Amino acid sequence: MFLVIGSNMAEAHPVASTFLKNAVLKGAKLIVIDPRKHRLVDFADVHLQLKVGSDIALLNALMYVLIDENLYDKEFVSSCCVGFEELKEKVLAYPPERVVDICGIDAEKIRDTARFLASVKPLMLCYTLGITEHTCGKNNVMSTANLQMLLGNMGVECGGVNPLRGQNNVQGACDMGALPNVYPGYQAVTNPDACAKFETAWNVEGMSKKVGLMIPQMMDGLVDGSVRGFYIFGENLANTEPDMNKVAHELSSAEFIVCQDIFQTETTRFAHVVLPAAAWSENDGTFTNSERRVSRVRTASTPPGIAKPNWWIFKEIARRFGHDWPSASAQEIWDNEVSVLAPNFAGIKYHRVEKDGLQWPCTDEQHPGTCYLHHGGQFTCGLGQFRPVDWTPPAEVPDEDYPLVLSTGRRLYHYHTRTQTGRCGGLNDLLGEETADISLQDASRLNIENGEIIRLISRRGEVNVRAKVTPEVSEGMVWMAFHFNDANANWLTNAAFDPDTLTAEYKACAVRIEKLSN
Amino acid sequence: MNDETITINGNECRFEKGQTILEVAEENNIYIPTLCYLKGATPTGTCRICVVEIEGYRRLETSCTTPAEAGMVVLTESPKVVASRKETLELMLASGNHNCAIGFNRGEDWTSVQLKTQEADDAGELCPAWGDCRLQELAYHYQVDGSKYAKRDVKYPMETVNPLIVRDFSRCILCGRCVQACNEIQVNRAINFGYRGADTKIVAGADVPLKDSACVFCGECIQACPVGALVEKKARYTWRPWEVNKIRTTCPYCGVGCQLWLHEKNGRIVKVTGVEDGAPNKGRLCVKGRFGYDFIYSEDRLKTPLIKKNGQFQEASWDEALDLVANKFKEIIKQDGPDALAGVSCARSINEDSYQMQKLFRAVFKTNNIDHCART
Ligand code: SF4
Ligand code: SF4
Repeated sequence: MFLVIGSNMAEAHPVASTFLKNAVLKGAKLIVIDPRKHRLVDFADVHLQLKVGSDIALLNALMYVLIDENLYDKEFVSSCCVGFEELKEKVLAYPPERVVDICGIDAEKIRDTARFLASVKPLMLCYTLGITEHTCGKNNVMSTANLQMLLGNMGVECGGVNPLRGQNNVQGACDMGALPNVYPGYQAVTNPDACAKFETAWNVEGMSKKVGLMIPQMMDGLVDGSVRGFYIFGENLANTEPDMNKVAHELSSAEFIVCQDIFQTETTRFAHVVLPAAAWSENDGTFTNSERRVSRVRTASTPPGIAKPNWWIFKEIARRFGHDWPSASAQEIWDNEVSVLAPNFAGIKYHRVEKDGLQWPCTDEQHPGTCYLHHGGQFTCGLGQFRPVDWTPPAEVPDEDYPLVLSTGRRLYHYHTRTQTGRCGGLNDLLGEETADISLQDASRLNIENGEIIRLISRRGEVNVRAKVTPEVSEGMVWMAFHFNDANANWLTNAAFDPDTLTAEYKACAVRIEKLSN
Repeated sequence: MNDETITINGNECRFEKGQTILEVAEENNIYIPTLCYLKGATPTGTCRICVVEIEGYRRLETSCTTPAEAGMVVLTESPKVVASRKETLELMLASGNHNCAIGFNRGEDWTSVQLKTQEADDAGELCPAWGDCRLQELAYHYQVDGSKYAKRDVKYPMETVNPLIVRDFSRCILCGRCVQACNEIQVNRAINFGYRGADTKIVAGADVPLKDSACVFCGECIQACPVGALVEKKARYTWRPWEVNKIRTTCPYCGVGCQLWLHEKNGRIVKVTGVEDGAPNKGRLCVKGRFGYDFIYSEDRLKTPLIKKNGQFQEASWDEALDLVANKFKEIIKQDGPDALAGVSCARSINEDSYQMQKLFRAVFKTNNIDHCART
């Protein structure tokens, strides 16, 4: 059985969704929890169409029923988990009746779903950014883990909590330590031993043991002058960060910006220096997918002009600081540095991933890789820790002036800001402009026709965009993507962040619709 | 393990209950040609190419649908089997516009062959699948030339109005692989068999062009099509199999990490297909993975370093640009310390690039101000 929550898989992870659909055709059960009736819902046994941002309330209510009706996995909970009493205390404050208004779902439907969840094992829970892109993103994630531990679905094949990673190599960028708090392989920068180990390996002294800044803090630093030099590699921050007017202000305040990219983007406009990079298929390397599988990327063509591989550019800058880095190819970087320094990747070498990749942890060259974690109830911290959490509403909720909720995401035919897919023959023909998806009810109330251009306004900005009237969204909701600069949802989105992860609340802000013509 | 066996061409082969004759043969490296058989989908036995002779059976049976039974004695290339395959191939070649120089009535002169090609395809070339066609391969193997029956005229015109996919019904042999790919593998349910008898056609929705149907342009049907009936619009006529190198790589878009074959000709990717049996995607792709490759050849690519002077970007050499960056960063570090620098890495680029960037910030600049959009 599958529980898919906050994930429009059929568009954002199309091939993953085909395997799920195959399983459903073979008889597997599917529960979808999502504010939208997206394509996967056609295949679902149950669809809980909750209100945007009410996930925790719903999950707590489901757990209430599991505990109240004694349906949870007592053996797993008592032998593999700690913190059950605290969880129980918390979720018992969430009887289904209490969350009906918050979630917009019948109490009986919640009860039935909880019973259904408890009736089939194993259950795999998949989530994507519908869970994380909230001010309560981290708590959302913990809730999903609480549910799966309570159901005893951890550490088994086809069980667990499976976050589908958005970008092809977002897993890899984390693994490689492109994060302010960890070195490659998740070794903490605050740990003096880890710091010493990397100092020795890199033949340097005096590295910082202080956790660095996250992107939103960097952006603030550009304005207050505490960040003077800003190096942006391959990201189109001007269009992907929430509240584009604010971002434009931040980037234009910067003293010195270096952009390293393959195209001019809305972000490179703010740069002082632009460095031309080799693109995908113009150099060798590896990507790490959502399943932690390290696979090869290979060269098929040469970069245009004098564009160079990214790793070469970084190496050249290091050289100008007097550091001579020995590795002179992606393979040398991986085989001689990454896999030597990060124990989880120790067994992964280029010669082992010529064909299918290997899934880390893979600790030595005989290790076959690991397809699923927490085997037999083994968690990194010994026992699975329940972390009960309370529901909190999104930072901005609809009111009289802005009565609708705007939620955002990706569509099938494009990728992010279209710097790539917008330049591929055929894809623009399939989707040539942004639309604002609105419900039949709101459309008829506001007298809006399918295809009509409307104005969408939030406290931060406004866009004119074509309305798409669709049964996919429910009353009170507007849905958009951020693929096009013109009607980009991020002119409207709210730069409110989860206090711990600093992930922005792309999934909820308040807007109103104005009709332009009569 | 089961000790029961069947005999194929005189070889004793063990089998598991439920295995088909074709599966047992494949496991034992005995070749049985197939055409409509699509791995991962329910075998249908439609094309009858995989027929075999089984002792005691009156008819030839399709090996893809017939379960192995203990004691069966099977012949895969008996005279009867070969005759049947030849007949099947003759009929297929006669069923449409198979102008690859295999499927012509002998005796036709080359000029009229070319004229006919022009007329049928509006292109001066033979079938776009020439050299990459299962029917052609089998016709050659069994030395069948399509001269036995008169060619049928095909009543459905080519469908070229869609982005990315050209549907040519004149070359469709109705094997049903695309229907299975769409319904059983990708489960998009966009196409199916329509009409009846001699009018049978693969239809999308109520027989509309793909672009107006539930089709999501994953292209799985093209990959499944054994002939030239479904072809990538961008790749059409740009390549022949002997001109390309196949390079295995990983899709640059989402976190599924599908494995792709890049078909490379003269340093350019001309077409992309899924790596059958490769993990994690088992040959499947979506629209972005299959068709989203040509951005790298865009004229808009950055080709040289640029330095902004008086509000305008000016082209620069690597030394100029990198010296400027290094000097400016050194100056900032000297004045305000390393934490006055910050960097954002790229979640789309290779691991080795992210590794180098964080190493630059940590080991060289001495700050941990390095992040990427892990959260979006
Ligand atoms: S492209 Fe994909 S969705 Fe469209 S008909 Fe082919 S298999 Fe079906
Ligand atoms: S082919 Fe599609 S599903 Fe597969 S990795 Fe690429 S974008 Fe994702």
